[in-house]
Amino acid sequence: MTTRFFGDTALLTGRSLRHITRSPDTIITTAVMPIAFMLLFVYVFGGAIQTGSGQYVNYLLPGILLITIASGISYTAYRLFLDVQGGIFERFQSMPIARSSLLWARVLTSLVANVISLVVVVLVALLMGFRSGAGVLSWLAVAGILSLFTLALTWLAVIPGLTAKSVDGASAFSYPLIFLPFISSAFVTTETMPGPVRAFAENQPVTSIVNTIRDLYTRQPVGTDIGIALAWCLGLLAVAYAVAIGIYHRKIS
Amino acid sequence: MTTGQVRGPAIQVRALERSYGELHVLRGVDFEVARGSIFALLGSNGAGKTTVVRILATLLKADAGTVTVAGFDVARQAANVRESISLTGQFAAVDEVLTGRENLVLMARLRRVKDAGHVADDLLARFQLTDAARRRVATYSGGMRRRLDIAMSLIGNPPVIFLDEPTTGLDPRGRIEVWNCVKELTVRGTTVLLTTQYLDEAEQLADRIAILHEGRIIAGGTLAELKQLLPPAKVEYVEKQPTLEDVFLAVVGANSQDADPDAGDRSVGNNK
Repeated sequence: MTTRFFGDTALLTGRSLRHITRSPDTIITTAVMPIAFMLLFVYVFGGAIQTGSGQYVNYLLPGILLITIASGISYTAYRLFLDVQGGIFERFQSMPIARSSLLWARVLTSLVANVISLVVVVLVALLMGFRSGAGVLSWLAVAGILSLFTLALTWLAVIPGLTAKSVDGASAFSYPLIFLPFISSAFVTTETMPGPVRAFAENQPVTSIVNTIRDLYTRQPVGTDIGIALAWCLGLLAVAYAVAIGIYHRKIS
Repeated sequence: MTTGQVRGPAIQVRALERSYGELHVLRGVDFEVARGSIFALLGSNGAGKTTVVRILATLLKADAGTVTVAGFDVARQAANVRESISLTGQFAAVDEVLTGRENLVLMARLRRVKDAGHVADDLLARFQLTDAARRRVATYSGGMRRRLDIAMSLIGNPPVIFLDEPTTGLDPRGRIEVWNCVKELTVRGTTVLLTTQYLDEAEQLADRIAILHEGRIIAGGTLAELKQLLPPAKVEYVEKQPTLEDVFLAVVGANSQDADPDAGDRSVGNNK
């Protein structure tokens, strides 16, 4: 049964990866908004924002990367919704294949698509003057945290993908996720925020993840942030996965 | 044919019940489908036809009753049932981003069929899709999609095929294309359960017909048996007028098999 699971997941992942290679515009579209934010904040607002020494683009990039992921996973929800809506989901479910392979194929495809978008955004940041002295291990750690965050948000995206009643509903859930970095340390330091806002900003997941990534590529010690960041990612992943699988089993039985 | 089958009808449904909340959709449905026959489940919209098909295809659980497909119980031996069936749902469930051939190859690989490419090419030829094989399905006409959809269902030669409203939304020529495909299936010994709301479709295709109404089968049998439910036919003499369908097909060319976007123009030219 497990060989069947891996074989079927590989076949179906090949299928959904073709959706991406045949419409590269979907990756462009998901990368456009974070790049637009980056241009806006570096060249319009950036001059007036005090974040300490160094280039503002260096300060900004971690938050932009999280926005890229939040915008990327709405595509996962959208494609999954189309599978359910179009009947191909039922066709696969009525076939002798490993039944969870359809979800895993979408999740793996989401990881690949987000990696491509993230690379595009980092390349644009480099053109805008982003520089880092981080070594290979630090970059691997950044990649690991971003992958974990992508995985957690992807499983979260599976929930609306399976339950939405319309295309708009399937992708609308990502809007709050895209704006969460604005109320965090991603764009400005939290010290200037009024009490309750600051309290929220400092205790929501984005701040710890952003601080960790920023410390990693500015070669600062990561401190306690990395533990909090990993706890948020793993906790969100566990809850989103459990809920998504629960909905899936109710849907197919 | 698939192993593990026992003798007996291909599909057996006994006292099948299913509700959605307060709505009692199926209130005790009974029918049997003989091996190698075409059985039409006829009913108006919302009669519960799709609910029956979804239960038979292991996509939905019944509230009560027993259902066996190819000798396997749908509740207890769902995996065996899935090995024995193919479902063609109400909307052509094809991947629009992939080409027609890629759709078939994907199905063949998922069904662990040897030589997937060869199987795909054979089916493309059989369903007159060879010319369109390397085009994305998004560019196909409704009739072509349905043909591809049915071709995908044949991969691995499942002994039982469910066709849920296979011609809904098709133009008259597309319907005839699909009907020809379905007729060909039984030549190969496949059992077909077809749902439709079109009476002429059931007349054209089915060996036996059952009428599903308000959650029960209210009449069933061969077309001749069903006709006997009514008083004997009176003999009347009427002028045989061509139907609009006859006219339409004569004008656009009923022989033209390929529903290519420009095939229509060509066949009109042929008829002049």
